[in-house]
Amino acid sequence: MKYIFDLHQTMLDHHLILVYEGEFTQEITKSVLAMAERNMDSSGEESSTKRKVFNVMVECLQNIVKHADEVDHNHAAVFMIGKHENEYIIISGNPIRRENVASLKEKLEHINSLDKDGLKGLYKDIIKSTEISDKGGAGLGFVDMARKSGQKLDFDFLEMEDGNSFFCLKSCIARS
Amino acid sequence: MDILNLEGTEDTPKIILDKGNGIYEISGRSLPEDSAEFYQPVLDWISEYSGSPNPSTEFMFKLEYFNTASSKLILDVLSALEDIDGVTIIWYFHEDDEDMEEAGEEFSELVEIPFEFKTY
Repeated sequence: MKYIFDLHQTMLDHHLILVYEGEFTQEITKSVLAMAERNMDSSGEESSTKRKVFNVMVECLQNIVKHADEVDHNHAAVFMIGKHENEYIIISGNPIRRENVASLKEKLEHINSLDKDGLKGLYKDIIKSTEISDKGGAGLGFVDMARKSGQKLDFDFLEMEDGNSFFCLKSCIARS
Repeated sequence: MDILNLEGTEDTPKIILDKGNGIYEISGRSLPEDSAEFYQPVLDWISEYSGSPNPSTEFMFKLEYFNTASSKLILDVLSALEDIDGVTIIWYFHEDDEDMEEAGEEFSELVEIPFEFKTY
């Protein structure tokens, strides 16, 4: 039973206020958003901070709903929110097929290379030229997360036993 | 012409498009699972309306939040309105919501329609 205590301790150590692991759907997205909103409301969080956190959460969760690759042994993903003194941290992790890693990495590195005006330009270029994909995405999620957080996106690809990758993404929202 | 009237939910906006009473309004939250499907009736309504529009159309957006897939569809709605004479967009944003104000400004730079900005 010690793992229960360990898990609890890990959450405390990393200041995690919400952890969800499992299947991701629109219904679950709505539930997770509602829980996070209640938490921020009850702690009297500033409305501008709340809006930005909500914004980044939506893009992060809907990215998983729409884009997490179904790899052989695991269809699930993980989503977490950390609350620190000066910032909220929104973290997701989901499997991605190895052949999709390079293009995703390139996309994120490009986003991280841009400043505020560069991101605005990229957003406008994409929204003008894009068509909604079969999966229902506009290709704007990561750009929007970078814009709303005002910080670089932190990401990593961890190799899994089956040769696919586990894509970890972290965004930080400063508390005003 | 029929009135399009959709109740808002936790992830879809309230929409009223009513030619007879001159009410054109999209308000609330927009993060539907399938934004293209959700906004299709709106685009269809505007397409029909463009055949015989009122002399002036004050089309109001009063959004608390929209996701990126919805932003693409909002641009599609604006583009459909662009071809109708006498359209003005009334873009509401909460007075301390700079992101929503900026979003409206960006849309106004992407289409050739007059925007009026109002706070609530």
